[in-house]
Amino acid sequence: LGHGSGGEMTQRLLTNYIQPIFNNSWVAQADDSATLPWAADQLVFTTDSFVISPLFFPGGNIGELAVYGTVNDLAMAGAEPKFLSCSLILEEGLPLKTLKRVLLSMASAAKTTGVSLVTGDTKVVERGKGDGIYINTSGVGVLLSNQPTDARQIQTGDLILLSGDVGRHGISVMACREGLEFESSLTSDCAPLNGAVAKLLRAGVEIHCLRDLTRGGLATALVELAESSCRGFVLEESSIPLSETVRGACEILGLDPLYVANEGRFVAFVPERFSNLAISILRNTEVGASCEYIGRVDGEARPQVILRNNLGCECLLQRLPGEQLPRIC
Amino acid sequence: MRPEMESERQQVEITGLVQGVGFRPFVYHLARECKLDGWVANHSGGVRIEVEGDPLDIDKFLRRLPEEKPPHSQILSIHTKLVPFQGNRGFEIHESDKSKVKSTLILPDLAPCDHCLAELADPKDRRHNYPFINCTLCGPRFSIIDKLPYDRTNTSMSAFTLCDDCRKEYKDPANRRFHTEPNACPKCGPQLQLCDAHGNILASSNEALDRTLAAVSKGQIVALKGVGGFQLLVDAADGQALERLRKRKKRPHKPFALLYPSLEAVQKDCKVSKVEADLLVSRERPIVILEAKAEARKRIHSLVAPDSPELGVMLPASPLHQLLIQKFGAPLVATSGNLAEEPICIENDEALERLGKIADCFLMHDRKILRHLDDSVLRVIENRPLMLRRARGFAPLPLMRSQIAQQATESLGSYLGVGADQKNTVALSHSGWIYSSQHIGDLENAASVERFDQAIGELTGFQQCEPQTLIHDLHPGYNSHRWVQKKSATKLGVQHHTAHFFSCMAEHNYIGPALGICWDGTGYDIDGVIRGGEFLYWNGDSSVENIASLRTFPLPGGEKAVREPRRAAAGLLYEISGFVALQHHLLKRYFSRGERRNLATMLKGQINSPRCSSAGRLFDAVAALLGLNSHTSYEGQAAEALEHSARGIQSHDAYPFNLQQQGHRWQLDWAPSVSALIYDEGKSLPQRAVAFHNTLAQMILTVAREIAEPRVFLSGGVFQNKLLTETVATLLRQNNFTVHSHSQIPPNDGGIALGQVYYAHCMAAASQPLGG
Ligand SMILES: [Fe+3]
Ligand SMILES: [Mg+2]
Ligand SMILES: [Zn+2]
Ligand SMILES: [Zn+2]
Repeated sequence: LGHGSGGEMTQRLLTNYIQPIFNNSWVAQADDSATLPWAADQLVFTTDSFVISPLFFPGGNIGELAVYGTVNDLAMAGAEPKFLSCSLILEEGLPLKTLKRVLLSMASAAKTTGVSLVTGDTKVVERGKGDGIYINTSGVGVLLSNQPTDARQIQTGDLILLSGDVGRHGISVMACREGLEFESSLTSDCAPLNGAVAKLLRAGVEIHCLRDLTRGGLATALVELAESSCRGFVLEESSIPLSETVRGACEILGLDPLYVANEGRFVAFVPERFSNLAISILRNTEVGASCEYIGRVDGEARPQVILRNNLGCECLLQRLPGEQLPRIC
Repeated sequence: MRPEMESERQQVEITGLVQGVGFRPFVYHLARECKLDGWVANHSGGVRIEVEGDPLDIDKFLRRLPEEKPPHSQILSIHTKLVPFQGNRGFEIHESDKSKVKSTLILPDLAPCDHCLAELADPKDRRHNYPFINCTLCGPRFSIIDKLPYDRTNTSMSAFTLCDDCRKEYKDPANRRFHTEPNACPKCGPQLQLCDAHGNILASSNEALDRTLAAVSKGQIVALKGVGGFQLLVDAADGQALERLRKRKKRPHKPFALLYPSLEAVQKDCKVSKVEADLLVSRERPIVILEAKAEARKRIHSLVAPDSPELGVMLPASPLHQLLIQKFGAPLVATSGNLAEEPICIENDEALERLGKIADCFLMHDRKILRHLDDSVLRVIENRPLMLRRARGFAPLPLMRSQIAQQATESLGSYLGVGADQKNTVALSHSGWIYSSQHIGDLENAASVERFDQAIGELTGFQQCEPQTLIHDLHPGYNSHRWVQKKSATKLGVQHHTAHFFSCMAEHNYIGPALGICWDGTGYDIDGVIRGGEFLYWNGDSSVENIASLRTFPLPGGEKAVREPRRAAAGLLYEISGFVALQHHLLKRYFSRGERRNLATMLKGQINSPRCSSAGRLFDAVAALLGLNSHTSYEGQAAEALEHSARGIQSHDAYPFNLQQQGHRWQLDWAPSVSALIYDEGKSLPQRAVAFHNTLAQMILTVAREIAEPRVFLSGGVFQNKLLTETVATLLRQNNFTVHSHSQIPPNDGGIALGQVYYAHCMAAASQPLGG
């Protein structure tokens, strides 16, 4: 890929790559904006940028991540994702083959999740000024239920449902980037969550809050929710699903898996009366096969997250302060 | 013949430690001896007296007052003024005046006095074998006080109504229990109860005591409601019981403290110096770390303190402990009643819930403990007491009355230091005193953070002041730091080792140019390096400069390395020789091939491998390289093992090292020492361990000479090491340095809060504007 001066180069990218791969009527029109049909009175709109090294990692790549990331943000708002935009920032010298692989992944991820990639933009930056590809996606969706799902809806007594084991994305990306080797190979948990969420909502499960776990891991996500809901959460360490490989990797790396990044995991706050229904639905989805209740919302406590370990000790979880810094004197 | 003088009336205001120490009865007796009329009353600012009579008698009274004051009292100030004569008849003790609001001091909990012990043992006394006996000179204080002034209604004794006999004693100025606020007897006071782990009552009163002893003899674990919280008791000679306690508490190695029946019994098992004996029998009754004799093995099972030649020993701190241990007649393990690093339990229900899976039965009573006070711990270094954990018996007495604090608080109000997150204490300066809270614990768990909150509330509440500036450590991950960030008050961040340095100067009430040697495990600094081998220079004004430190090395696995000295060893060797280091036979022993490959990747890619200049981690690494510890289960375990392995060797051998100047700073390079130590295989382990300690002492001397500042302060957890501290201090003194080390304040992070507050006062005095 050369450093384009704009016009012709970008045009070639569009006609040779983006239009045939994304392949829908909006992209085919090649207008600067897409005109979308609409029949809802509540729109959900989000945006996210994706930067990752390496671009391809076990279990995914930046293209999938860019589609699932935005799709998941819409799903967490209780929406059905409909349309996505895609802006690419490409580094001069990027092999076109690589770009093609990423675009194909995006197209197939869009298909899996039922969204259309309807508009976008491409810029090429000088060599050394980007890590191959940066992607920004924005997305719109329609609400699946009239009940809002956000931190303010969290209520005392709600159970906290975690959709699967934690830490696989962060550890597998780090292993791949740095050349670490663990007992068994590890793949990222990178996955779309909208299907599972839609199933829960369509079955009438009352969900008070949904949050996908990304950077900062389970701990950071829950601390943020505790603070914005002004409620205390109590977790049981033993019930948090964790793969043996992630446990072993965290052991040698000295990392706490609760703070490691995920890309296909979420927590749902569910009232107790829906707990059986919710878990049986979620267990029947691909992303939720190993889901567990990991704790509950505590009535009296202050806005904090307590992790009760096997000893019965109640550790206080905090958001990740930059990196995991040693504290012990 | 005495000239006739007209009677006059004086009002006397006394501030200081004058409540709960028998001060009013003392004043009553003194006034009567001096033939004066009037009254005395407590108020929350101290004690107020009005006396009238012959001016010469009043003079005599005022002269004798400070000279003959009760043993535990401390007078901060006496103000007198002439007031109109009223013509009182007789002298009275008045009820407290609650309207005056001012600061005052609270007495710590004190062990039973000789009078009370004699009554406790006297079958004819009505308090024979009564575990809650106390008097004006002894008994619970800080652990039962709810608010000032110190009156029975403001303590957890308010739940008990005095019987006629006790009330008579309480009201009778001639009785030694006159105005003893926690006065009690078997008829009206707190009662013992033995429960099983489900809270079912098994026995009460004296039968509870007997059944407790039977349970201990059978090898059971008993949870005992002590002075400032629950303790867990087992027979110190019973290996099976100890094993069960270690397993249930998930505490595999950390030594347990022992309760002994008498000093004589301690002397059979341990070497006890004069200073150590004085500490053991002191009214504060702390745990004292002593060197065990070989004979101790007959009575003390090795599981009490595995791999340690020392024992932590205490004598009974309350009549209940006295009765238990006298009847048992042999040492008992008495360890804190908590789960892992959580605070000790203080409430009956809490203990049943949290210790239910550890203890077989619970010896409890119905007097509430209002705040947790761990057993204080000291050891003797250089023939002086050194505080390791300051709590029961010492808290909440203020530490000092510093001139600078006096000036600064008068003009600038109060400072609150929230300490560090390990071994947390908080400290408050107010009207010339600096108060340090009791040991609170590690702020990683929710319960400790709650007690931290409570301790701050109490410290400021008792002093009735709103601190103007909140001072915190710079570590962004500390819960104490986060607590401060949520407040709207002015904030000041103080670097960890600066706080250590100033805590030592605070203890010596020193202001002026000085060199601070601050060696510990981990302290955050803004350059991202985990520091802990630091030399700080204060010019006596507004500049504190880090002028030298140990060479840094990576810690693969970050915080994990704290519990795995093998990681510190890997980082240390990698720093010296790169990848080859991971082929060293010691590291091959400690890590599998796969682990070494990943370790190499982590070190090369700087993955979770922060660099440190920590002396504590250097100790860990060397302990691992000498084959002592690859993993540890408690803090300081590897360093202690290294210190202990150097025992009994007299040697001045040391390894080479380099001191390099880098700009304005100096770097102590340990690499030549470590290389020499590894290949010094002709020498025994003890010889190498001593040589390592000597090397560190030589390093410190070399830097001190380079800086050429005659006053040196030693602080940081590393100076809990007796061998190192004594070697360093001797060496520095031989070279004409004045060396100051800690005594009443822990050198570890328990002193950080005090150092933060003292630093703020010193900087305020140097008129350095305090930033947020
Ligand atoms: Fe420290
Ligand atoms: Mg996002
Ligand atoms: Zn007494
Ligand atoms: Zn009585």
